[in-house]
Amino acid sequence: MSFLLELLVSGVVLGLIYGLVALGFVLIYKASRVVNFAQGELLAMGAFSAHFFLVVLKLPVVLAFLLALGFTALVGYLLERVFLKRLVGQPIISVIMATIGLAFFLDGLLHLTPYGAGSYGYPTFLPEGGVAFLGARISYAQLLALFLTLAFLFLFSWFFQRSTLGVAMRSVADDQMAAMSLGVSVAKVFALAWAAAGLAAAAGGVMVGTISGLNFDGLVHIGLRVFPVVILGGLDSIPGAVVAGILIGVLENLAAGFLDPYIPGGGTRDVFPFLALLLVLWFKPHGLFGTEEIERV
Amino acid sequence: MSQLRVESVTLTFGGVAALSAVSLRVERGELVSVIGPNGAGKTSLLNVVSGFYHPQRGHIFFEGQEITRASPHEITKRGIARAFQNIELFSGLTVLENLLLARHTYLAYGLAQAGVFYGKALGKEVENRRAVEEIIDFMELEPYRKALVGNLPYGVRKRVEVARALALSPKLLLLDEPMAGMTLEEKEDMVRFILEIRAQGTTVVLIEHDLGVVMDISDRVYVLDFGQVIAEGPPEEVAQNRRVQEAYLGVEA
Ligand SMILES: Nc1ncnc2c1ncn2[C@@H]1O[C@H](COP(=O)(O)OP(=O)(O)O)[C@@H](O)[C@H]1O
Ligand SMILES: [Mg+2]
Repeated sequence: MSFLLELLVSGVVLGLIYGLVALGFVLIYKASRVVNFAQGELLAMGAFSAHFFLVVLKLPVVLAFLLALGFTALVGYLLERVFLKRLVGQPIISVIMATIGLAFFLDGLLHLTPYGAGSYGYPTFLPEGGVAFLGARISYAQLLALFLTLAFLFLFSWFFQRSTLGVAMRSVADDQMAAMSLGVSVAKVFALAWAAAGLAAAAGGVMVGTISGLNFDGLVHIGLRVFPVVILGGLDSIPGAVVAGILIGVLENLAAGFLDPYIPGGGTRDVFPFLALLLVLWFKPHGLFGTEEIERV
Repeated sequence: MSQLRVESVTLTFGGVAALSAVSLRVERGELVSVIGPNGAGKTSLLNVVSGFYHPQRGHIFFEGQEITRASPHEITKRGIARAFQNIELFSGLTVLENLLLARHTYLAYGLAQAGVFYGKALGKEVENRRAVEEIIDFMELEPYRKALVGNLPYGVRKRVEVARALALSPKLLLLDEPMAGMTLEEKEDMVRFILEIRAQGTTVVLIEHDLGVVMDISDRVYVLDFGQVIAEGPPEEVAQNRRVQEAYLGVEA
């Protein structure tokens, strides 16, 4: 029982992180229909820059994390402004190819730093141990991640519902022509979506780093998980990203906990979520919450 | 000085000239109509004036300032609003929300205000609400205030489209076939609204197919054919023009 609960809790925490990272991806997709293949690199960049601020510059934890978020948001913003802005109006496939190029480019940049290889960890800033919950043990790192991801998701949704800029973003996602005619600068909205994607990815990266340490491949791998998550949730649905994130996180953990012991070599956590994905797509081709394209006459 | 000046504007789409050397002037407070057969370039004309397309040649001035290369949001801010031929409403929102959104994005949008949240913080909310309610009242949309736009009948959506452009408090309103596909009764209502908008001092450029309506309400009429202005003047003059009768009115005239 407590084993199951532990798997569930860490699955939910992992899933919320997936959801947060996927949210950044969905924002870009909603605003511009661009599929961002560099989300994993943004995540790695966020996680490593936090390490840099903490360990090399010896800044306090909260400040270091906030700076990492700000830095990665800036990177996202600049990627759009410098590289992708020129492609506005070009076929979407060109822009998508460009994001793949950007992913390689960021990979290369990261490999120029010591962070490209080896494993790192943030200095411990949380107390040892954790809390007991119905016989299961939940570490402080997990609790913190749980609390922070929820806070971020709440902040994001508040921003989009309530702020003028958020409203402008939603209007662009809904009907770009109309938004433009109402005085919304689409260029600004695209750049903002990339900044938000950078911020969300960095938040996810910092939390992964806190829970399980930093390793380039591991972090980029988490970034790749956004694909099954957003396909399951529906590419253009923010709640979908969160729900699907949790689902995949939980499924992964349950598979690893219960199936791996019976499978020589294990690794079911990488396969099982995709089986679930295929099953869902069989019945709901647009994902759990995605909008179906409505043909208009 | 004319409020809107379009000076020999040429717009081509890979060889096809949607507009060739089109010139047009609109005075403040005028109601000017643009007519012409399908594909004549009427929508393209509105597209270049509102910044959605930039012409290859020619210049456009609004209130004395050049807007030829300005982007749509800059042009909106100068006081030009537009209702689209193919309805471009936020279909998942209510009528009220569509109109409010127009005011928010237009009045309060900018990076400087990125941190300013609408509602109490802006102190404009009350004013926005009042302005929007006035427009809803004026366009006789009360029964649909809270209805999702996507669920409304076509004629009502056309009206919401115009109402949302009005929510921007424009100096110049561009209407692209606001009566197309409407019933006779809906058309009469729309004509009444347009005349009232003009009477309140807003300049209107109207694209319309119904010649009866155009000849009735316009101060001046431009006739486009194959991307060129083939006639221009007061309605009664234009109706007598032989090229217009040939090109547009056909045998009926
Ligand atoms: N975005 C576009 N791409 C290619 N051709 C276009 C585009 N917009 C308009 N055209 C062409 O320009 C011409 C004028 O179209 P339009 O301005 O829509 O005419 P109207 O509104 O008078 O019916 C047509 O031949 C049309 O096919
Ligand atoms: Mg047209």
